[in-house]
Amino acid sequence: MTAHMKMDGPDQRRKLDNMRQGLTGKPLDRPDGPLKVSGLATYAHEWDVPDCAYGMLVRATIAKGTLTNIDREAALAMPGVLGVYSEKRFLRNPAQGTANVAPVQGVEEIHYLGQPIALVVAETFEQARHAAQNLSISYDAADDGIFDPEADGIETERPQDDQLDQGDLDKAMADAAFTVDQVYRTPGHNSVAMEPHCSIASWEGDALTLRGSYQMLKYNRNELADALGIEAEKIRIVSPYVGGGFGSKLGISQEAVSAAIAAKDLGRPVCVTLTRQQVLDSVMRRSETRQHIRLSADKDGNLTGLGQDCLVSNLPGEDFYEPVLQATHFVYGGKNRKLGIEVARINRMCAGSVRAPGEAVGMPMLEIAMDELAEASGIDPVELRKRNIPQNHPEDDIPYSSRQFAEALDEGAKRFGWDKRAPEPAQRREGEWLIGMGMASAARVNMLSESCARVTLNADGTATIETDMTDIGTGTYAILAQIAGDMLGLPMDKVETKLGDTDFPASSGSGGSWGAGSSGSSVFLACDELRRTLAKKMGCEEHALDLHNGAASSDGKTVPIIDLLGGETLSAEGRIEPGDTQEDRGQASFGSYFAEVAVNATTGETRVRRMTGTFSAGRILNEKTATSQCYGGIVWGIGMALTEEMAFDSRDGHVVNRDFAEYHIPVNLDVPQIEVVLLDERDDWANPIQAKGLGELGLCGAAGAILNAIYNATGIRVREFPATLDKLLDGLPEA
Amino acid sequence: MRPFDYNRAANTGSATEAGADGGTFIAGGTNLLDLMKLEVMAPERLVDINRLDLGEMSDTDDGGLRIGALVTNSDCAADQRVRRDYGVLARAILAGASGQLRNKATTGGNLCQRTRCYYFYDTAMPCNKREPGSGCQAMEGFNRIHAILGASDQCIATYPGDMAVAMCALGAKIEIERPGGRRRTVQVVDFHKLAGDTPEKDNILDDGDLITAVTLPPPVKGTHIYRKVRDRASYAFALVSVAAVVTMENDRFDHVALAFGGLAHKPWREKAVEDLLKGEAPSAALFDEAADCLLADAQGHGSNDFKIPLVRRTLKAVLRQASEERAAT
Repeated sequence: MTAHMKMDGPDQRRKLDNMRQGLTGKPLDRPDGPLKVSGLATYAHEWDVPDCAYGMLVRATIAKGTLTNIDREAALAMPGVLGVYSEKRFLRNPAQGTANVAPVQGVEEIHYLGQPIALVVAETFEQARHAAQNLSISYDAADDGIFDPEADGIETERPQDDQLDQGDLDKAMADAAFTVDQVYRTPGHNSVAMEPHCSIASWEGDALTLRGSYQMLKYNRNELADALGIEAEKIRIVSPYVGGGFGSKLGISQEAVSAAIAAKDLGRPVCVTLTRQQVLDSVMRRSETRQHIRLSADKDGNLTGLGQDCLVSNLPGEDFYEPVLQATHFVYGGKNRKLGIEVARINRMCAGSVRAPGEAVGMPMLEIAMDELAEASGIDPVELRKRNIPQNHPEDDIPYSSRQFAEALDEGAKRFGWDKRAPEPAQRREGEWLIGMGMASAARVNMLSESCARVTLNADGTATIETDMTDIGTGTYAILAQIAGDMLGLPMDKVETKLGDTDFPASSGSGGSWGAGSSGSSVFLACDELRRTLAKKMGCEEHALDLHNGAASSDGKTVPIIDLLGGETLSAEGRIEPGDTQEDRGQASFGSYFAEVAVNATTGETRVRRMTGTFSAGRILNEKTATSQCYGGIVWGIGMALTEEMAFDSRDGHVVNRDFAEYHIPVNLDVPQIEVVLLDERDDWANPIQAKGLGELGLCGAAGAILNAIYNATGIRVREFPATLDKLLDGLPEA
Repeated sequence: MRPFDYNRAANTGSATEAGADGGTFIAGGTNLLDLMKLEVMAPERLVDINRLDLGEMSDTDDGGLRIGALVTNSDCAADQRVRRDYGVLARAILAGASGQLRNKATTGGNLCQRTRCYYFYDTAMPCNKREPGSGCQAMEGFNRIHAILGASDQCIATYPGDMAVAMCALGAKIEIERPGGRRRTVQVVDFHKLAGDTPEKDNILDDGDLITAVTLPPPVKGTHIYRKVRDRASYAFALVSVAAVVTMENDRFDHVALAFGGLAHKPWREKAVEDLLKGEAPSAALFDEAADCLLADAQGHGSNDFKIPLVRRTLKAVLRQASEERAAT
């Protein structure tokens, strides 16, 4: 039995609101939590695979050129070394998210310093690492590498589907009462997920099992098959726990392909794990951006025009570019719009999806520009934003599916105490600290992706969910069990969720904040089908069936589900598919951030003192995991605003800060009290569970609030992330 | 990691012998093991000194304090005498690393901590410190964390630690046992060296030289300040740090000891700056003069130019705080 739904119209039944079990939305603990804190959750490197050998990738130490020779003999003579691999099936870079085919293959041509070009396999991890470190490689180095995306005379491409010229922005700027015309910059970021990338490949005949750390298994299987030149059906990928993804594990990566090739050749399993330095060298980076933003407004602060022209970069031949404009297209009005992106082709590691691609860097910079417009027009920043919330989508002229944008701005302002902010900058000082407040809007597109799940009602009255959906620390195990528990009238401990295995029905995977809504809908649909079957057994219509605590009731009659099943096992699949609602309605989640910072008047060190994030994202499936996602997003925002930056050497494009000591993500002491407020909402156009994407919303503007607060504290306008102390020193009061 | 031999030393004598015979000492290993994994350091033989009897803290005859080389950073910072009499030291230690690292890191090992220069850590890059004669990539590269004082045309790395900076301001000494049982004592300020033409050498230790203790002189009353400026609130190396031990007499600077971290290949102490302040009444003009004196030969290399105004501002704030705290008591 398969229940299929294509979202061609709104689902206004809101079934989850009427389920008596009452699990969905509750702040329930993650079932996988105790396993994780006690070490019982098996991450990729931890599988106990008998006879496993260990591989270590070897990087190119030139930025551009040709690989001419690898001294395999010398390496093979080293202790424990079993093989040295380098061949045309190796990947130049990881696959982009949902690519479904292999990325650029072959390592003979070197495109960036740090590109994995060989794999050394040995009996132990340490032997492999030592031999890899000492592998002798010869190159023909090219001297025409390009390392600076803003270099003079650099050739750029303008992707045709992301250029908008609506009305006449130049004229709007000329006629405006108030304008902003500034250039903003953001540096490269790396997800640096706590669990480094790892794959263990083992073959049985021509069948490959890959235990890995991946976000989107159905795509990963096809990408791996394409890279290896084998049938996808011959591959099983297992990834039940993922120690952080953030986009960095969307597509199949070098370690998986090389592990599979080596394991096949050696006839034994091979485990390849990246070091932290390799994560920074070769995993997808977020492109740096240069954003020229222009705003024009009438005397009341209503936007008449909006321009955002962006420069990003990537390797030659990569279609992906940081979609900086994603939220700019719909968040504010303004008739005259000129939005564009150009891509510079440079010799740095591949650019791809890093947490909230697009909005993560586009929104905060737009929000700094909005703060500058508030300053210029003398209008309160919250009020300015409310005045510019468009009735309909400002480019497509369609209504929004649901949008509590103004409510999030008002509620956030109230909770934070925005009325206590001094509109003039540099007014408040506590000892050596300059105190300021800033705010920003949050916006992130909402997406639905095809997803399948199987739910089985077992004869013992328990239920089992099976889908290849992943849990990358987000709470998938919890929310799917909550949805199934509600629909089938079972407490949490009667529902088992099995994830992360391509033997299960293919899901959307985790990415783009669509995982919860998509996979949750597939579980919902499967359970809905089971309800119909149970209703038949009860002799009633499905809508008259009440399932609660393992018992079915209708018309005053109550029967335990076990009895209803009578030893039978019931199974159903649910499949959700995106449809017309993606086009008929502007779908996005919205919110607001308010931040208070203290800037040291002597040194320019900035500390965030408190933050309030207010978000509206349709139905909240689990208040606890949702809140945690928002905390995480805001912590990303703090890092982007103050500390995070991939530092590249301008002479060869290599990343200089290659460990946690120098790639500065926030530590506990950098993160203050954060208040997260989730507004109640249902979005019937999004999916049958009325939930929109939430995971990434927490950072889609957050860093802008912090930089606006720095301006309010000091009068110094920083237009470049991160706002490290050197960018403030010149403007601080005399020491 | 290159395969290596491992021996545990039974006593300081056998340790120094093993050290002279090509051994590398390991105590907490918080820095050495990282460097070995990357093969930035590839010792053939490790000499484990953790079982040596160097873990005590004791009072010295002259009223000072002797800190055994194996006393962990956590224990040293938590010691009642350190907290009471040597506040600058406790504060400096607690400003460094993380709780987990401080539990493992030792007093002697921390003195031997190596630079965090990005190019030193990356074996694909030339580095005169790692591989003498190969060149310095930091000089013309990304050098945000690099030195502005004590220039060398070979190396602009900094000594990254905090503890030693405070020890410099306290006038602490290092006890060293040498092969054959000879002993020598050196001021902490003289322990680390400038990069000069031998950047591969961080300090004055010769093969087999084993740090056995650090001795602190009798307590100096007054104001103890350790001010560390960094890129995040914790777990970041100092961009600039200032250790100050200051007393005032009749509203004038009396005892002034200042040491600086993050500026040079060694903790930096400039006697001329201290002499300039002694006997003078605090004023903004005087503080500027002190900063001028400190920074007379300062040289930025691009990404670290900001350190010059940053040190000036930080020094002035520390001097103001030192003079005002005194005035308040």
